[in-house]
Amino acid sequence: MADNDKAHDKQVDEVTGTETTGHSWDGIKELDTPLPRWWLTIFYGTIVFAIVYTILYPAWPLVNSATGGVLGWNSRTAIQEAMAEREAQNADLIEGIKTSSVSKVVADDSLRQYAIAAGRAAFKVNCVQCHGSGAEGGPGYPNLNDDDWLWGGTPEAIETTLMHGIRYVQDDETRISEMPAFGRDGILERAQIQDVAWYVRKLSGQSAEADAAARGEAIYADNCAACHGENGEGLQDLGAPALNDAIWLYGGTHADIVAQVTAPRHGVMPAWGDRLGETTVKELAVYVHSLGGGVSADEMAAAQ
Amino acid sequence: MANELTNKVLTGHKKIERNVTLLLVLSFLVVTIGGIVEIAPLFYLQNTIEKVEGMRPYSPLELAGRNIYIREGCYVCHSQMIRPFRDEVERYGHYSLAAESMYDHSFQWGSKRTGPDLARVGGRYSNEWHVQHLQNPQSVVPESIMPSYGFLADTELVVENPAGHLKANVAVGVPYSEEMITEAKADLLTQADPNADTSGLLARYPKAVTGDFDGNPQRLTEMDALLAYLQMLGTLVDFSTFEPETSIR
Repeated sequence: MADNDKAHDKQVDEVTGTETTGHSWDGIKELDTPLPRWWLTIFYGTIVFAIVYTILYPAWPLVNSATGGVLGWNSRTAIQEAMAEREAQNADLIEGIKTSSVSKVVADDSLRQYAIAAGRAAFKVNCVQCHGSGAEGGPGYPNLNDDDWLWGGTPEAIETTLMHGIRYVQDDETRISEMPAFGRDGILERAQIQDVAWYVRKLSGQSAEADAAARGEAIYADNCAACHGENGEGLQDLGAPALNDAIWLYGGTHADIVAQVTAPRHGVMPAWGDRLGETTVKELAVYVHSLGGGVSADEMAAAQ
Repeated sequence: MANELTNKVLTGHKKIERNVTLLLVLSFLVVTIGGIVEIAPLFYLQNTIEKVEGMRPYSPLELAGRNIYIREGCYVCHSQMIRPFRDEVERYGHYSLAAESMYDHSFQWGSKRTGPDLARVGGRYSNEWHVQHLQNPQSVVPESIMPSYGFLADTELVVENPAGHLKANVAVGVPYSEEMITEAKADLLTQADPNADTSGLLARYPKAVTGDFDGNPQRLTEMDALLAYLQMLGTLVDFSTFEPETSIR
């Protein structure tokens, strides 16, 4: 090696004034241009940076644990601090929402505005996959913009639905109701289901076969009215949909209604209480309540 | 003097560059040290995997679903790793723990998110939604570019040797008990049967989601298995007893 170095006596290229590598290929010599200073400085700088970094931050594994770094930083407390910082930014409002009932939040202007903004953000992340980006719903997923509520449209009712879900069996307090499978379980004859479906169409103000609907009226009174109401007004305590309006969860054609009476589908909504926490659930409830169809407890009382 | 030293440092690499053997030996040394420092401690450091309440091995049906997840390459677009950043935690839930993938062979952390992270997808959607979404993703998420996996609902689930599958996992360190292995076949069928007695299954695999998944209780399909797996993802650890401070590495 040492000999090697000696063998390459400095040879300087005349034109550029730069050293050559000393090799000659058919009289052609290769310039040995040194790396630019700025490049080398950065290169050695990164090495110094790495050393400093391993001193400041967790890095080297030892026998029982790893070096913690003199700054004491770790990702798990960092995330806690980041979350706490976010809460601190609106501490008063968040505290207000935490300690008030949902109705109180709705009644308080500043709390409501904050809750709607926060709820809208949470809605976009957690709810749009089923209820749609405009909360317009879809087949099997209720539209949240209208005032036709399955389980109630007061802020508290919406909060309960969000907290415990619907037919979400993992939650003990979930809302549960199950419409009998009138066709599949042989409670009604096929013809009877056809008739009652025509009657349901009549209830909702749609065109119906008059004779069949007339026959269906008695069947409806015996089998359906207990939950859906004598005039199809529904019963929110049982999550029984109103049948006297133009809003349908699984479709309002005669065939759709027959299908639902024959073998009802039962939608499931997950419980969000454990996942999002009470505050976010309250914010969501206020947001959903604000979408257009929300009712107050007084209005509910007046309607009944 | 200082200049001479600088020059020596700056030109010293010539020695390495002109001696192939020395270059190889030194490169090997650097890679070895890097590898040992990064990998070896994970095998002996006691605090790599947090001690948490609730983790259990996968039930046979979940394991079958997991195989379908791998077979269909779900991991190519979906990660299962929520990093401890505010944006991820607010979107997906509590950040992932090492303990949550300790029974994964191989782990499904993934390296790219074309679709959302699935580490805590369990219980987030109804079975009905999942079936609809797997059959026609755009019907529930219009902007989605996910392909359809509707055929899973038409494909009978075939697991030739459920017990053997569990034994293979035991060989790589998953603590399946003798009972779990003898009951593997029965557990596989029980979990997706809405009329079956699931008490034994739930005693062996707490928090397993049971019942019909794909909307057809008559058949046990690949859709059933995949949903059994998806619906438990990220739901096992009891975070009320988890203390981040004591689990800091």
